[in-house]
Amino acid sequence: MFKRIEWAQVRVIAAKEWRERIRNWWVLAVAVIFALFALAIAYFGSAQQGSVGFHGIDVTIASLVSLVIYLVPLIAMILGYDAIVGERERGSLELLLSMPITRFEILLGKYLGLSAALACATAVGFGAGLLPLANQLGPRDLYHYAGFVFSAILMGMAFLSLSLWLSVVSQDRMRASGMAIGTWFFFVLVFDLLLMGLLVASKGSLGSTVFASLLMLNPADVFRMLNIFSSQQVQTMYGLATVMPDSLTNPMVLMSIMLGWIIVPFLFANWRFK
Amino acid sequence: MINEKIAGTAEVIQKTNVIEVAHASKIYGDITALDDISLSVAQGEMFGLIGPNGAGKSTLFKLMLGLISPTSGNIRVHGVPIDGRDFRAVRRRIGYLPESFVTYDNLTGLEILRLFADLKQVPRSSCAALLERVGLADAAGRRVSGYSKGMRQRLGFAQVLLGKPDLIFLDEPTNGLDPQGIHDFYQILRQVQAQGATIILTSHILAEIQERVDRLVILQTGHIAAQGTLAQLRTQRVLPSVIEVTLAPGQQARIEAGLARMAGLQISMNGQRARISCLPAQKVAVLELLFGLGGAVQDIAVHEPSLEDLFLGYGGQHVQAH
Repeated sequence: MFKRIEWAQVRVIAAKEWRERIRNWWVLAVAVIFALFALAIAYFGSAQQGSVGFHGIDVTIASLVSLVIYLVPLIAMILGYDAIVGERERGSLELLLSMPITRFEILLGKYLGLSAALACATAVGFGAGLLPLANQLGPRDLYHYAGFVFSAILMGMAFLSLSLWLSVVSQDRMRASGMAIGTWFFFVLVFDLLLMGLLVASKGSLGSTVFASLLMLNPADVFRMLNIFSSQQVQTMYGLATVMPDSLTNPMVLMSIMLGWIIVPFLFANWRFK
Repeated sequence: MINEKIAGTAEVIQKTNVIEVAHASKIYGDITALDDISLSVAQGEMFGLIGPNGAGKSTLFKLMLGLISPTSGNIRVHGVPIDGRDFRAVRRRIGYLPESFVTYDNLTGLEILRLFADLKQVPRSSCAALLERVGLADAAGRRVSGYSKGMRQRLGFAQVLLGKPDLIFLDEPTNGLDPQGIHDFYQILRQVQAQGATIILTSHILAEIQERVDRLVILQTGHIAAQGTLAQLRTQRVLPSVIEVTLAPGQQARIEAGLARMAGLQISMNGQRARISCLPAQKVAVLELLFGLGGAVQDIAVHEPSLEDLFLGYGGQHVQAH
């Protein structure tokens, strides 16, 4: 049906999604959670090394990365799984589809609106969390921290894209939520274990290029790589990181791969949205 | 001369078909939801769609709205194929009320109406007046989660009227409305029709639809069982008229003797009441006979077959035609 994209329609749907997340306090609640974690980690992150207090942005980012890698994908999956299947189940999708709007426009509008909610909660939350330490941070620190927050948003958008795909193909909300949690579990817990097992089983015959390429099959690992290779100090904290081939440590390459993780699942979602 | 010409043109416009469904079928796997449906709806017509659950009413609605594509056959709305590129423009002129109007509970009535106004590219300024028109002005600023079913339905109806649509689809529109609500609803609908809008509706309250539609289609298991005006449907399938008679005390035998002279009547007696069913053609003769009995009859009531009877005749229990 009508092929030309009308951006006004996309904007209407995006604005509606955004307003709903603001209205039900979703954005604020997630921002508060992020702020508390950022603050706690900045202050207590090095407690296991025997001291509390702020020990520099690189250490803080390294600690935040290990937390965010669990939290942001989970929040993104919860945010997105309901987007289509929820409206289908409640019955509001039919009316929406009867409007002068295409399925692509609905999907893109939903994706952008939800992304805006997620991005806002992430940026505000992690921004506010660091406010009490503002006087201890230099421009370089802020730049690195901003890079970390930006990459967290991109990872969130990648998982949001995955959850939208699940939402399109699921028959009901129950299944969609189950699949969303399963997907999260796979990418943040199972995937790395499998890779580790593969590495051990292959007795080192798996080349570092192959290994690094396999890491790219997981947006959470792409996020981890992005943050490791943006700071020399963080790199030294991960011994493993030094075996990575140069082509896959370039932030621009990693960023492109992350964009792929945002776009490809969305295109699958659009393809299956009938 | 000029007047005649205008009248002639008006007639031509009136006969323009807004919807044309030609040999449309819809098959899901091995289930044939609709089989070779052909029908047309003329401009300005109020068109009823009737059938038991699973007859294919919703599928036909979805086809005409372009929500799904037919497996075979084709459907045009305002002359535009439903899967064509120009259908977006047609959609702007369509108002649709689904069977249950469900929206986004944490938005207010006004916000929801504005959302649909934006999607239809209708000025937001028309929203407040529309809420007033459907009797929701006081609830405009309240979240829909607190609305009753009737209020939701009113909001849905306001959404239908956005941008003065010239084609309106209503699926069980009076669902959840109280009698006053139903009255208000049809009053607005008549105004809209008077302005030239074409209206297609389904309802399970058949008596309600019967008084209002110009023409109707009866669907049964994916087929058109009948279509036409109510009068046409009545002649297509002859239904008995029912005459109820209240008798003077002690007159039963006399009446029975009198009616026995006519063939093809079905009579049931219950004390002082007699219930006579006869062919429409016999009706006058039966009444004459009853009048001829003078004081034996105290009261007479004649019941014509309703659409409900027709519907049952087609869709469910068969009514015997003589």
